[in-house]
Amino acid sequence: MSDEFVLAARSLRKYFPTGASRMLQRPTDLVQAVDDVSFGLRRGTTLAVVGESGCGKTTLGRLLARLIEPTSGSVTLEGVDVTAASPRELLALRRDIQLVFQDPYACLNPRHSIGQSIGTPIRIQKTLSRSAEKERVRELMQLVGLNPEHYNRFPHEFSGGQRQRAGIARALALQPKVIIADEPVSALDVSIQSQILNLMEDLQASMGLSYVFIAHDLSVVRHIADQVAVMYLGKIVEIGEPAAVYERTAHPYTKALLSAVPVADPRRAAGRQRIVLTGDVPSPVNPPSGCRFRTRCPKADARCATEEPVLLARPGDSDTEHRVACHFPD
Amino acid sequence: MTLLSVQDLHVTFGTADGAVRAVQGVSFDVAAGETVAIVGESGSGKSVTANSLLRLNFGADVRIDGRILLDGRDVLAMSEDEVRSVRGRDVAMIFQDPLTALNPFYTVGYQIAEAFAIHHPGTSKKELREIALDSLQKVGIPEPTKRIDQYPHEFSGGMRQRIVIAIALVNSPKLLIADEPTTALDVTVQAQILELIAQMQAEHGSAVILITHDLGVVAEITERVMVMYAGRVVESASVADAFSTPTHPYTRGLLKSVKSLDTERHERLESIPGIPPSLINLPSGCPFHPRCGFAETLAGRCEREVPELRLVGASRSACHLPEDRLLGLLGGLS
Repeated sequence: MSDEFVLAARSLRKYFPTGASRMLQRPTDLVQAVDDVSFGLRRGTTLAVVGESGCGKTTLGRLLARLIEPTSGSVTLEGVDVTAASPRELLALRRDIQLVFQDPYACLNPRHSIGQSIGTPIRIQKTLSRSAEKERVRELMQLVGLNPEHYNRFPHEFSGGQRQRAGIARALALQPKVIIADEPVSALDVSIQSQILNLMEDLQASMGLSYVFIAHDLSVVRHIADQVAVMYLGKIVEIGEPAAVYERTAHPYTKALLSAVPVADPRRAAGRQRIVLTGDVPSPVNPPSGCRFRTRCPKADARCATEEPVLLARPGDSDTEHRVACHFPD
Repeated sequence: MTLLSVQDLHVTFGTADGAVRAVQGVSFDVAAGETVAIVGESGSGKSVTANSLLRLNFGADVRIDGRILLDGRDVLAMSEDEVRSVRGRDVAMIFQDPLTALNPFYTVGYQIAEAFAIHHPGTSKKELREIALDSLQKVGIPEPTKRIDQYPHEFSGGMRQRIVIAIALVNSPKLLIADEPTTALDVTVQAQILELIAQMQAEHGSAVILITHDLGVVAEITERVMVMYAGRVVESASVADAFSTPTHPYTRGLLKSVKSLDTERHERLESIPGIPPSLINLPSGCPFHPRCGFAETLAGRCEREVPELRLVGASRSACHLPEDRLLGLLGGLS
């Protein structure tokens, strides 16, 4: 088990209390941001977590790195329970799990030079002497395609794409095993997005990294994922290899997400059948009973309101890795 | 019939670091009822061009030159009062972020009614409420009689954008400018809003200028596309031509870097090397040449001469490459 999966989540839950005063708060006033999520990330592969805003994908990323404490459930890194680690153990575990954030403008300290920022994890973990740190930072800058001579420049002197490269260099500073990348290209221009995705793939191949790649867009994920998990209101509704999820789509929500992606081809855009979902995502404070997607689902019937579907392989499907939480999968 | 004609538009912002030449010599026409997309990355000048159409480029040191003819009248020569009578009535705008476009202190009904009342003084309160209700209904807000008295924060992002669209369309404008109307929204909601814009356009017969960085959105709803780079139009074509035979290396690069749903896993993405240039310190000659894979084949011409837009096939392209090579661009770097 620990050999196959570098990172695994079991029944992970995170409920946030809402802003109401503690005295008046009823036990029901909880945002169920992540609810019973389990998966395994294989060594050297990429798991993409896809969903719309409010589906819990960012909370999930933060739970995996234990930036926040789970309400229940566990995360294991190579068999070691991250959620039970003491502060000292956690410091050591953080060498192995690093994060890359969405906004390259917000994730770097504007008063630190880019070199200082990239070297911060090394200083916190005290893995290298100061002179060795500088040397290592220059290597890292080279590795991610930044000019090492720009060590002393400040974030505002770089473009968005270059800052994201610096964010990646910082995540690599401690030679982690797992990188959790939360929408790393969403804030970048189209032509720059491809540069960063290619860089992440190169680094994965050369350093054997495993990625949890969080995205809101199925088309970005297609290129880099070995496994795709689609989330809706705190739950995984479908998970599997990209070929399965994209071509043998089982969940109505995944179908709608796929059909909503604008196609950059006018002939195909004109010809296809589009599923436009009605309404918005319901509040995670008070999610619908039974299946959480039922209020927007074209297939929902009485059973969906009472019985919550379990994430399972479709009966008779030989691909048991492809699992779906729906009473009426396609 | 030409509704809007932009002729040789230049917009320059004075800053402490030097003059930012945001738009340089942009010309285009929009016919009544037509949908045109302006595509470009950040800093390409697309939003500055759009804002100029309504003289919304604020700041101490802005210089706008050229002509913007709306129904034959030059917007740049109008008095402030005249421009105000155009804004929201003849030309309306939808912005990227619906939350900042709405006033948090007024109900959405008030804000829709206000947009109408400004151009129709003397309308009674009762009529205004009817108009606001009707607008909310048209843009698909459920329970409009209840929602009309609510404030922007009580709506989701997609609903807020619907309200912004309701405000923009309340005067049935001849031209609707939509500046990245779906960028801040989730994909499933983006699909709803694009459908709504298309449907509203069909109803009102308005022309639409859609500003976007997303080629997918362009392919979905527009007929004609202008690609901007570093303040200039580098290609202008019908959507079908732009996607099947792009005639500018930058358009080609954009198309190649679009991540489509059917590319193979771990397939290498083609990307445009480098980063867009600084508008204070533009490269000599063609602004795209430092990132262009074809520039060196022309023996320095790209570094010396700014290419003008010219007819290539059925499209117009600003590139020095010979026509036959431009028409075969998708074939690769041969």
